Amino acid sequence: MTLQTNRTVYRMALVLTALALLFFVSLLFGAGPVGWQDSLWLLTGHGEGLGEQVHFTLFELRLPRTLLAIIVGAGLGASGVVLQTVTRNTLAEPGLLGVSAGASFAIVMAIYWGASASALNLQAAMAGALAGCLLVLAASQVSGTRQDPVRLILAGAALSGLLLAISSVLLLLDQRTADEMRFWLIGALAGRPFEAVRFSGLVTLAGICVLLFRLPALSALSLGHAVAVGLGHRPWQVQLTALLVVALLVGAATAAAGPIAFIGLVAPFAARAWVGPDIRNSFWPSLLLGSCILLAADIISRLVVIPYELPVGVVTAFIGAPVLLAVVRRQRMPTL
Amino acid sequence: MDTLATTGRKNALDTSLGKKPALLSAENLMLGYGGKTIVDQLSLEIPAGQITAIIGPNGCGKSTLLAGLARLMKPKAGRVLLNGRCIHQQQGRSVARQLALLPQQMLAPDGLTVAELVRFGRQPHQGMLQRWSDTDARHVEQAMELTRVSALAGQPLDEVSGGQRQRAWLAMVVAQDTPLLLLDEPTSALDLGHQLEVFEVIRQLVRQGKTIVMVVHDIIAACRYADHMIAMKNGQVLASGTPDAVVTERLMQQLYGVNCQIMRDPVSGSLLLAGVNRTGHVL
Repeated sequence: MTLQTNRTVYRMALVLTALALLFFVSLLFGAGPVGWQDSLWLLTGHGEGLGEQVHFTLFELRLPRTLLAIIVGAGLGASGVVLQTVTRNTLAEPGLLGVSAGASFAIVMAIYWGASASALNLQAAMAGALAGCLLVLAASQVSGTRQDPVRLILAGAALSGLLLAISSVLLLLDQRTADEMRFWLIGALAGRPFEAVRFSGLVTLAGICVLLFRLPALSALSLGHAVAVGLGHRPWQVQLTALLVVALLVGAATAAAGPIAFIGLVAPFAARAWVGPDIRNSFWPSLLLGSCILLAADIISRLVVIPYELPVGVVTAFIGAPVLLAVVRRQRMPTL
Repeated sequence: MDTLATTGRKNALDTSLGKKPALLSAENLMLGYGGKTIVDQLSLEIPAGQITAIIGPNGCGKSTLLAGLARLMKPKAGRVLLNGRCIHQQQGRSVARQLALLPQQMLAPDGLTVAELVRFGRQPHQGMLQRWSDTDARHVEQAMELTRVSALAGQPLDEVSGGQRQRAWLAMVVAQDTPLLLLDEPTSALDLGHQLEVFEVIRQLVRQGKTIVMVVHDIIAACRYADHMIAMKNGQVLASGTPDAVVTERLMQQLYGVNCQIMRDPVSGSLLLAGVNRTGHVL
């Protein structure tokens, strides 16, 4: 077992180093006029003569979005790996199952009915995500979806499509927030108030803590209901807790950054390829890889069309869609 | 008040006589799905330190009974007693340290190795903080030795043969280190040689003092390996006792609708069915 512990520590160190590197890169580069040389000067403690703009860009613009990328990536990575274990479906991902769409639809509705677009509509997002989660659970109980992972995803795609269509109509009717909402609806990390970062950070941390206590039970659940009961767990209670926490995490992520798809698919996929299918091993890697991937995607989104920026959701879609196709194209769907 | 006092005195009397509560028993158990009753008003007691085989025709409720005994199903009426206490009122983890269950249908994520599967058996013994102890490692090792899967430890479960996979699952349940093991058709879909391997493991477990309850389809295997038999039909117990007492030509007729002659295996001494044919048909 010590060998295993050593390997776990080594892997954690590796991912954390990668995350730290990306963190600095994220502070250094941007689409704006502040170059990486100035940023590096400031970060290494030679910022006296650099002026207010560099300060502002680094600490008021880049730092919050970097932290937000880490938080949202971790939340989505954790949600993905938990949803996949609970539904025993490698394709189960908040973005594809309609959980994110439920959250964002709820936010659009809230704004349509008068909420402020710049505020963090966390309650609405969480309620929407919860409704999405319950629909997923109901759909996964329908005969057929359990054996065929793609059907669950089709149901999710239908739900997402419907909700997105209604959202678009609402945005057409209401010019008040249409521009801001349109950007946010693809998923964006930029320009969120620091309050949003702090709040979604706390919620995500709380959700992850709850999940940590449930990891043994969740891993037993992957051996089937009967075995989980035999090992002393209560499957329904575990599933319900897990789905509530996923709703919390996806709600927080969506309220802060919009419905970002594919992170919950790609991060656990990579984590499992690396450490095996047991969620007790793949939970931390999924979470940290989620942060890394979203942060990397955010950096790319700033650099491809300088001086403009892409919404980060576009970049994650470009990374995630090929992975999804690769998983589906396999001869036999991997089961969980 | 009166009855309470009487029961109290009666319990005290039982204890003074050294009568321990049965390891596992059912009292007027009623099990079913939705409005359908599958096991009806069933009472039984599992003898300790023996192999009990539950037999009966398809759909007679034997797997349902096992699910009820293993607290997979909540009874509609009656109760299951584990060590004299209602199983549903005990903590899940503490039940899991007394009773292990091998269900009929087994699922495992792709890529899970044999050793990883067997380690799951230690979950009921692990707390939130203390994770993996030497005791855990020893039990896993012993379970894998007993079921002869040690050599397969690092292999993915989906790459070993059917017989090996079945023994790996059995090892997981053995690693749970419970005095009581419930096995739902532990040898279904195995060929004769692999069936024997599994039954030999089960016999060794009983020699170590464990109590086994298993649902068995193959009546001859049940006759050969079981010490105690429970014959079920339509959710009721038709007969129970030693194989010699239970397996009669009349009972086979009642259970399966077949005529047969009961003989004794000249080698093992266990019972055999000969000349089996459906009622009304003549050979």
